Amino acid sequence: MSVTKLPGTKLGSKEMYSLPGLVESAPQAKYDFSAGPTISRFLQGLKEGKILGRKCPRCGRIYVPPRDYCEYCHVALTDWVEVPDTGTVHTAVVSYISVRRERLEKPEIIGVIRLDVPGYPPNGYEFAGLFHRLCVPPEEAMSDEVIGMKVRARWKPKEQRTGSILDIECFEPVR
Amino acid sequence: MGMVTNLFVKDRVAIVGAGITTFMRRALETPRELAWEAARMALDQAGLTLKDVDCVVIGSAPDTFDGVHLKGEYLADGSGAIRKPMTRVYVGGGTGVFVPVSAWWHVASGLCKTVLAVGEEKMSPAHPHPQYVFRYIWDPIIHRPLEPNLIWIFAMEMRRYMAKCGAKKEDIALVSVKNKRNALDNPAAQVAANITVDDVLKSEVLVWPVQELDVSPVTDGAAALVITSENVARQVTDSPVWIEGVGFTLDNQHWENRELAFPRYLNYAARMAYRMAGIERPWKEIDVAEPYDPFDYKELHHIEGLMLARPCEAWKLLKEGYFNRDGELPTSPSGGLLGVGNPIAAAGVMKVAELFWQLRYEAGKRQVKRPVHRAVANAWGDLMQAGTVIVLGN
Amino acid sequence: MPRRVGIIGVGWYGFRPSTPEVHFQGMMFESSHRAYADANVDPRKDVDVFVDCQEDLWEGIAITDEFAPEPIGGTLRPTFTVPGDGLLGVAHAYMLIRSGLADVVAVEAHGKPSEIRTLQDVYYMAFDPLHVRPLPTGNPFFLAGLDAQAYMQRTGASREHLALVSVKNRTNGLKNERAPYSARLTVDDVLSAPYAVYPLTRYDIAGFSDASVTVVLASEEAAKRFTDKVVWLDGIGFSTETGSGAVEWHAWGRMLSMRDAALMAYKLAGLAGSPSESFDLAEVEDRFSFMELLSLEELMLAKEGEAHRLLEQGHFNLGGPLPVNPSGGSLAMGVQLEATGLARLLEAVLQLRGEAGPHQVKGARKAVVATWRGVPTYTSAVAVLSAG
Repeated sequence: MSVTKLPGTKLGSKEMYSLPGLVESAPQAKYDFSAGPTISRFLQGLKEGKILGRKCPRCGRIYVPPRDYCEYCHVALTDWVEVPDTGTVHTAVVSYISVRRERLEKPEIIGVIRLDVPGYPPNGYEFAGLFHRLCVPPEEAMSDEVIGMKVRARWKPKEQRTGSILDIECFEPVR
Repeated sequence: MGMVTNLFVKDRVAIVGAGITTFMRRALETPRELAWEAARMALDQAGLTLKDVDCVVIGSAPDTFDGVHLKGEYLADGSGAIRKPMTRVYVGGGTGVFVPVSAWWHVASGLCKTVLAVGEEKMSPAHPHPQYVFRYIWDPIIHRPLEPNLIWIFAMEMRRYMAKCGAKKEDIALVSVKNKRNALDNPAAQVAANITVDDVLKSEVLVWPVQELDVSPVTDGAAALVITSENVARQVTDSPVWIEGVGFTLDNQHWENRELAFPRYLNYAARMAYRMAGIERPWKEIDVAEPYDPFDYKELHHIEGLMLARPCEAWKLLKEGYFNRDGELPTSPSGGLLGVGNPIAAAGVMKVAELFWQLRYEAGKRQVKRPVHRAVANAWGDLMQAGTVIVLGN
Repeated sequence: MPRRVGIIGVGWYGFRPSTPEVHFQGMMFESSHRAYADANVDPRKDVDVFVDCQEDLWEGIAITDEFAPEPIGGTLRPTFTVPGDGLLGVAHAYMLIRSGLADVVAVEAHGKPSEIRTLQDVYYMAFDPLHVRPLPTGNPFFLAGLDAQAYMQRTGASREHLALVSVKNRTNGLKNERAPYSARLTVDDVLSAPYAVYPLTRYDIAGFSDASVTVVLASEEAAKRFTDKVVWLDGIGFSTETGSGAVEWHAWGRMLSMRDAALMAYKLAGLAGSPSESFDLAEVEDRFSFMELLSLEELMLAKEGEAHRLLEQGHFNLGGPLPVNPSGGSLAMGVQLEATGLARLLEAVLQLRGEAGPHQVKGARKAVVATWRGVPTYTSAVAVLSAG
């Protein structure tokens, strides 16, 4: 393109907020999500201190987090299976910013944990897993050793469990 | 995969015009005005007017940024959809490349002869920071209670890529350096700069391993393409750019159940597009590429997904200068999202527009230093799920 | 000779004011599972492209496209979202099949309005933030009130005529298991109710219901591989009159987008005679009672200003010359947000297959389906169907 000046007028932050005719709109968009039978049961399991997976009657895959249906066979999943709350770390990161892009005082350590659920090839592309916090110090999270590290769920005490993914406090190293 | 390859298309489909606004952190223009500027510029380049347009396709990502529900309807008049057939298409960040992809079947089906394809995004209205909108992309029950922010998921993928492929931060930072430098020649660019690997490594750590200069910015902008049948193309231009292949795939939403080091969904989409274009060795047959680069490592990820390099090899080739504008297979000659900006849906359209200009040798200072015949662009979207691919040829 | 496109399977779930027993993805799975069974296809092998119709702010998830592929069998397949009415997704399917890129396409649309706690506020979010949203308008449906007034003034239709539409449809719905808002209603009931938005009472406005509908389309040759039961999609049209932010460019009391969409669909279908004589039934937009009459005009099923007179004569009743909304329409079935167009399509397909049961229109061979996206849009879609 031979044009050197393209359409569009840049504004600085102060300019934008002092524009005449600036309209502020704070939308109220609130929803109540039905968990459905499968997630409800999964959350119930968490309250009881268990990680539950659901099995496909056709191909035998055990899904964690469980779904209503098998995405490969397109049939309804049936049997519930309690799976080990242990696994290995697939990836781990250290967050210094909050959801609002503000600096956090204490960094958050999160990752993906490949759970020890049977039926998946050991280094396969797919696995049953959870996205959750890791209870390791930041330096350890940044080290090479953390990838593939064996971990186990650290559950909140029974009275504090409400039927939520947060009933697991984090995954901690099995030492 | 079961895709049909014998097509009933007698006419080929071509891009004959492209338009783009400046990409900026905050625009004075409203979303409709941004769409209009880009659409008008594209029509002007093609030498056409709104009367010549039969159909309109609009691409815009989360309604929550611009702050308007049913955003496609809101953008309609700015995008030329006045008494015209119009739909909006949406695959998250993949939308930008998906807009011309879906315009392809508007023409190939025989239903439309001239399609105006518009991508627009205005992120600046979101308060206190557009980042906050990404709070709502997660599964409301299983993920949201952990209060994830978007950068977490990229950081996790980057970490996995580094661990599996042995790539180090300083290797990956070269993408940022390359793209921001390429962008110095792009009049639309928001964050073009001459930086070094050191600058990247010293920038603020957001979610380790992701640092400030590894990430593309928040942007307002729009881009548009005019896509026509072969008959119309021959009447309006001597150098139509043909859409030779289209591909798109959507993986499941459970990114915590998959290997994050390789984008399988992009690979499927690329195979679909290459098959249609008759390309068997993309690493040899593609002359220039615009792989989606919202983060620096993502460009490497996508180069591998697009089979322009073997898995885990892209970072090594990058070090050798293979992907530079004067290299073997230039990538992101536009400056990419890292250099030009990331108005989600418009970014992908910008990349396709860049290839359009490259294939017509109209990219000025950004023109790559080798003959170009076939090009590929991809966009990525959702929770590590959407791969959209378009193959162009002159 | 362009490829013929047919509908080889339909499936649905819901059509109730609330569906707390399922997650929205559960609904999508149920309707798609049934549609694939109906079409006799294996979604993992036989379906080439999956189209999902949903809008972020109806779902409560930014980038709702993320949740599309899994439940409908589209994981790792060409899948995408059309934020728009289900009939717009069907338009994409039609183009995909006509282009040759796909032989079989599945289109799903769903609405779960019961989960939207602040529905009115979400509607307001669709209004232009600078010029319309700041106005104190009380009810987002004021735009429909304005159109209703303009329509009544132009055509001479009265509130009684509007009430007659509601009575007809809610009574028809009593025969339809998918119509939770059906009732034995009289014109008096409607007229004596207080105004919700002048000149419309609560009975003139459709309620909301949850549902998911999936439609499987195929080219003529592909259809033969799976089933004998095909309903042909002879034509599809879609159009936008103007943007939701350019309300002032809308022709009040008209729905020009529907006329443009109808012309497009009729042309593709190669309609020989006049539209008013071409169809055995019509499933049309009626989420506001006056919209049914306006739709009939824009679809050219009634002459300008004639729709309410024909209605009075019983022309559009279940046993009449041209039954309109024999299903009960949205007034009896509810509005399922973006799935509303597919609800109309579903009903028409069942009619043409002779599977509509108690509300079957005898000998139905050709149908027209029309939908509008509702307030504050000016987008419509029209489909022409014929029995195979």
